[in-house]
Amino acid sequence: MSETAETRAEDPAGTGAGKISVRDLTIRYGDKVALSGASFDVYENEIFGIIGPAGSGKTSFLRALNRMSDMTPNMVIEGDIAIDGRPVRSWRNVYALRRRIGVVFPLPVGLPMTIYDNVALSPRLRGIKSKAKLDEIVERCLSRAALWDEVKDRLGSLGSLLSGGQQQRLTIARALSQDPEILLLDEFSIAVDPVTTMRIEDVLKELRSEMTIVLVTNLVQQARRLADRTAFFLTGELVEVADTEDLFTGNSKDPRTRDYVEGRFG
Amino acid sequence: MFEATELNLQNQRRERLFRTLFLAMTLLLILPVVVILAMLVYKGGPMISMDFLLTEPTNGMTAGGILPAFVGTIWLVVVALIASVPIGIAAALYLSEYAPDNWLTRAINLAVINLAGVPSIVHALFGVGAFVIFFRFGTSILAASLTLAVMALPVVIVSTREALQAVPQAFREACWSMGATRWQTIRKVVLPNSLSGILTGVILEVSRTAGETAPIMFTGAAFFLPFLPETVWDQTMALSLHLFVISTQVPEVPEALPYGVALVLISLVLSMNAVSIAFRVYLRGKKKW
Ligand SMILES: Nc1ncnc2c1ncn2[C@@H]1O[C@H](COP(=O)(O)OP(=O)(O)O)[C@@H](O)[C@H]1O
Ligand SMILES: [Mg+2]
Repeated sequence: MSETAETRAEDPAGTGAGKISVRDLTIRYGDKVALSGASFDVYENEIFGIIGPAGSGKTSFLRALNRMSDMTPNMVIEGDIAIDGRPVRSWRNVYALRRRIGVVFPLPVGLPMTIYDNVALSPRLRGIKSKAKLDEIVERCLSRAALWDEVKDRLGSLGSLLSGGQQQRLTIARALSQDPEILLLDEFSIAVDPVTTMRIEDVLKELRSEMTIVLVTNLVQQARRLADRTAFFLTGELVEVADTEDLFTGNSKDPRTRDYVEGRFG
Repeated sequence: MFEATELNLQNQRRERLFRTLFLAMTLLLILPVVVILAMLVYKGGPMISMDFLLTEPTNGMTAGGILPAFVGTIWLVVVALIASVPIGIAAALYLSEYAPDNWLTRAINLAVINLAGVPSIVHALFGVGAFVIFFRFGTSILAASLTLAVMALPVVIVSTREALQAVPQAFREACWSMGATRWQTIRKVVLPNSLSGILTGVILEVSRTAGETAPIMFTGAAFFLPFLPETVWDQTMALSLHLFVISTQVPEVPEALPYGVALVLISLVLSMNAVSIAFRVYLRGKKKW
């Protein structure tokens, strides 16, 4: 990773480290602090888990990362989030930034258009018009999201009328159609049956080699199954970041992490 | 084992009572509509004929047909639609999709709602001052239609905004986070899914503009003018004003004549509505989420 090292050396602010580097990040909504003074790195091609009870600031972090904070009234970001050493707030064209980051929401969002159009939307927004090229992207992304076999005969039916589990895989296919470098998942399994959850987990394991994945999850065991490293957020505080194995084998530095991981609260 | 308690039974009786009560209110509501329509058809029906629709008024408007007024109303409504629908939709899009939630936006929203409550005679005075005199459009279809358009704008804006707001925010968020701009999101997701609601606003506008008398009386509608308008700079007769005139200003009008005019006016409005409603039902049928 000598390239990364060089980038770091040339980076006067000293913000660059991992694929995503977070420095003294504080997120507020008006006066209410959602996350305070968090610093950590997410490395390239890892699955980075974020666990923590509701209201800990996990979603807020994701929204700060892809600058959806711009679309949220009152949301104030202090400190730095950088991708490849470049602070996200320095992007003049925020649309180009967001295009590099795929997002999967807690509740599946099949857009009210055909399955095909759902997946072709992002390429079309990028200006791809060729039918053959679009067909290829749609098939590839749906296959990677483990949905192709179920929908290949009805690509023309509405994406918003699929079952919850199918819609969630459609959302993943849509995110993949962006050709993202980073994939953000926010509690993706909350409205999804266990079988689909497992299928999506398998998909994520395969995607790891191609992109950096930030996995916010309400299921600590899911973090254990998937994440290389995991961060524990608790009511706006980053309690600790560690190798996932350490967190789950009682080697966490903070007793609160152990309590949470072992299901004593949260 | 599972006996209904006294409370269960009481609740059940209440349930029946309220259902009946609400049904009665609803029937009461449509009663006037039915009576009005029945009376118009009964009294005005015999007037309706091809001749009535396709000839000019004669004998000091006590006989003959209503062609110039019929055509004039269509002109007025169409020009008013052309002027108000694009502006209204653009304003609603701005207020719903772009405007930050601050005091200015709130003030504009409040102004729009209040504008909808301004009496039409006040709009008439505004129309005379602004379009007839200041912009020098004279008394013309253009001035009258613009007056109608100003009057109808709040209706279009409010109903369009409501239709836009009915599209779930999650769809917008999903689009934005893919890197779509607000405009791309509007075009791909928001507009296609709010069309039927927006149409409702247009329907309301049509009904309202076609029936208005005051705003066009001083701005472009003529008392008696037995020619068809050719451009928007002409004056024209209109059904609503014609109805007013023959009901109150002209002596010795046969009783059936005003009912005939009213029947035509209301049929015109209802058939325009029917077209829009049919389109709406067609779009509704394709339920998308
Ligand atoms: N749009 C918002 N406006 C005000 N407060 C918010 C908003 N979104 C989240 N919050 C608050 O910020 C805190 C963190 O929320 P969030 O990031 O959604 O947590 P999590 O995803 O971990 O459940 C919560 O206390 C929540 O109430
Ligand atoms: Mg959340």
